[in-house]
Amino acid sequence: MIAAYVTLLIPLVGILFFAFAGHQQQTGRFNIWFNAASFLATVVLAIVVLNSGSILSGSKAFIIDSFNVYLIVLTSFIGLTTSIFSSPYMEHEKERGRLTEKRLRLYYSMYQGFMLAMYLVLTTNNMGVMWVAMEGATLATVLLVSLYRTPESIEAAWKYFILCGVGIAQALFGTILLYYAAVQTGDTANALLWSVLFENAAKLNPDILEIAFVFMLIGYGTKIGLVPLHNWLPDAHSEGPTPMSAVLSGLLLNDALYAVVRNKMLVDGATHSNIAGLLMMGFGLLSFLVAALFLHRQKDIKRLFSYSSIEHMGIMTFAFGMGGPLATFAALLHMTVHSLTKSAIFVAVGHASQLAGTQRMEGIRGLIRTQPKIGWGLLIGTVAIAGFPPFGVFTSEFLVLLATMHSYPWLAPLLLLGIGIAFAGLFRHIQPMVYGEQPAGQLPINANLWPVMIHLALVLWLGLSIPSFLANWFSQATILISGSSPL
Amino acid sequence: MNIGQQDFYTQAILSMAALVGLTSFLMLGQGRLLRLILVFALQGLLLTLTTALAAYSLNNHHLYISAVLTLGLKVIFIPWMLTRQVLKMNMHRDVEALKNKTAVMLGGASLMVFSYYVLQPIVQTSSTVMVNALAVSLSVVLLGMLLMISHRQAVAHVVGFMAIENGLFFAAIVSTNGMPMVVELGIAFDVLVAAVLFGIFFLHIRTSIDTLDVDRLNRLHEVEK
Repeated sequence: MIAAYVTLLIPLVGILFFAFAGHQQQTGRFNIWFNAASFLATVVLAIVVLNSGSILSGSKAFIIDSFNVYLIVLTSFIGLTTSIFSSPYMEHEKERGRLTEKRLRLYYSMYQGFMLAMYLVLTTNNMGVMWVAMEGATLATVLLVSLYRTPESIEAAWKYFILCGVGIAQALFGTILLYYAAVQTGDTANALLWSVLFENAAKLNPDILEIAFVFMLIGYGTKIGLVPLHNWLPDAHSEGPTPMSAVLSGLLLNDALYAVVRNKMLVDGATHSNIAGLLMMGFGLLSFLVAALFLHRQKDIKRLFSYSSIEHMGIMTFAFGMGGPLATFAALLHMTVHSLTKSAIFVAVGHASQLAGTQRMEGIRGLIRTQPKIGWGLLIGTVAIAGFPPFGVFTSEFLVLLATMHSYPWLAPLLLLGIGIAFAGLFRHIQPMVYGEQPAGQLPINANLWPVMIHLALVLWLGLSIPSFLANWFSQATILISGSSPL
Repeated sequence: MNIGQQDFYTQAILSMAALVGLTSFLMLGQGRLLRLILVFALQGLLLTLTTALAAYSLNNHHLYISAVLTLGLKVIFIPWMLTRQVLKMNMHRDVEALKNKTAVMLGGASLMVFSYYVLQPIVQTSSTVMVNALAVSLSVVLLGMLLMISHRQAVAHVVGFMAIENGLFFAAIVSTNGMPMVVELGIAFDVLVAAVLFGIFFLHIRTSIDTLDVDRLNRLHEVEK
């Protein structure tokens, strides 16, 4: 349990450190060290959980079980690799004059603030604190989206703030209703603790929980990026600095989905209808199809991949909504591989736009000729996210398809259609960027592509053979969420 | 249910709920920013009184701290900060002419009826008092959103946002006698940070597009040309 406290303490120290000392020359390096320390702490935590099963802190304030342990390690890993990418990238941005020293200080400080909020969402056992941490994550990143202070980025940050703020207020209403239902069973002291609520779910009033879940799906769903509440996502992910896009796509969306699924577990225990699942399936499928169609009309490379994020979060929500062991296992795997792949893609995109000097896709050409590593990184990343075997995304999408054909066979053609449309949309834009005629005078840049290669190698490994401890956690989490084993 | 027959605490809560709902409607119709902020501060004051009353009647001393927090944040700090911004940017002379006041007011009334309808299932498990109070708080939330939709000034958006938080706070006090202290403190912290960030935002928006009319923030499109 100490490892969990250390995990939360390190970013807290980081916020203060960067707020006061962030103007030094090698600040990026310090950021990497903070994230490396967090990563170490989370690995220790994972080993502890591996040996002794799920752990509950003394006052029941924190819980680490099979559902969130690998998400915590994933969060710290992606935080670490993104900070390795961000250190030279932000220095370059400062040299180009797009950022001042004061804003870099804010950036590093809020990076740690965001990581703290993410860890808090994942480790807390108290549904109210989970809400506070999600709102905290929005507040930490709002000023980072408008870091470049262009009119477009200010507009994107305003949209992000208002939409996510209002959305998450709905989730607070849902949490209050949940608390109300819990207090009615007589146990006021532990009424917001997830572990206690999960054990006593059958005693909660089903009508109140249904209403509460609707509010929480809308609320946390705004942060997941479900259509029609997704309008902030393409703007915020494309106008902010690229490391911000990588962590927002890779981590924040996952955590919001995690919050929805934790609530779904409570609602399923209380009501015995499938209303929560059906709602999630509806929103998930809608997001998936709409985002796949919108992919075609984009002109900015980061917006393209933000719509791809919405599409994949749609598949995950759909799979979690379907319930059943196969779909839940697939969704858990998909959460992992999507985060890894999407953050790798954004790193490659960041380098590509730095190389070409623009984010508009018509201005980026001939990547593979100018700097093969960036070209190949972008190409393989897109191949991975589109769902080609043997990458992990293929495995999870295939399992979702299997589960759909088993439970809702008439929806399977829609899934296939969406996957096909998304594939077409991604490749029609990527192909000219990677293989087109390189413009005159385009020179290679100093780029560190290790994060991309490591992430894609991990996704490949997960697609070919999932290590046994991870498969165990996925199975245990599946039993926890859906009630039956996938194997 | 006859209000005269209920005990003192219930009567007081119902009256407070009615007044809070009234302030929400008053905010909907306001064209002048300073008066909007004043009504918002009034709503915060009503909330503080409700919390203090709940603390006294139910002998729950945690709620006194909540009441003080609400007073400090929602009645003093946020209205002060917003008023200062409005005066600094010389917006207190503008009257925002709402084109369709009638439609907005009717919309507000129908939202209130809608929130009563949504919370109907709860009436079996609890008193009608609870349903009334919860329905009023949900309608304050929805009316706050309507306020955001119908106004163009960014300051009105912030007031609407804070009004939503007011509604949620009222729901928490009335239905569950306050959330656990750690959650209350966390929410108050979030609201404080949000208010400070809004203040910073006004500066950025004003510097960027020289006005706080958010309809002018229209460079980003869903599908680009």
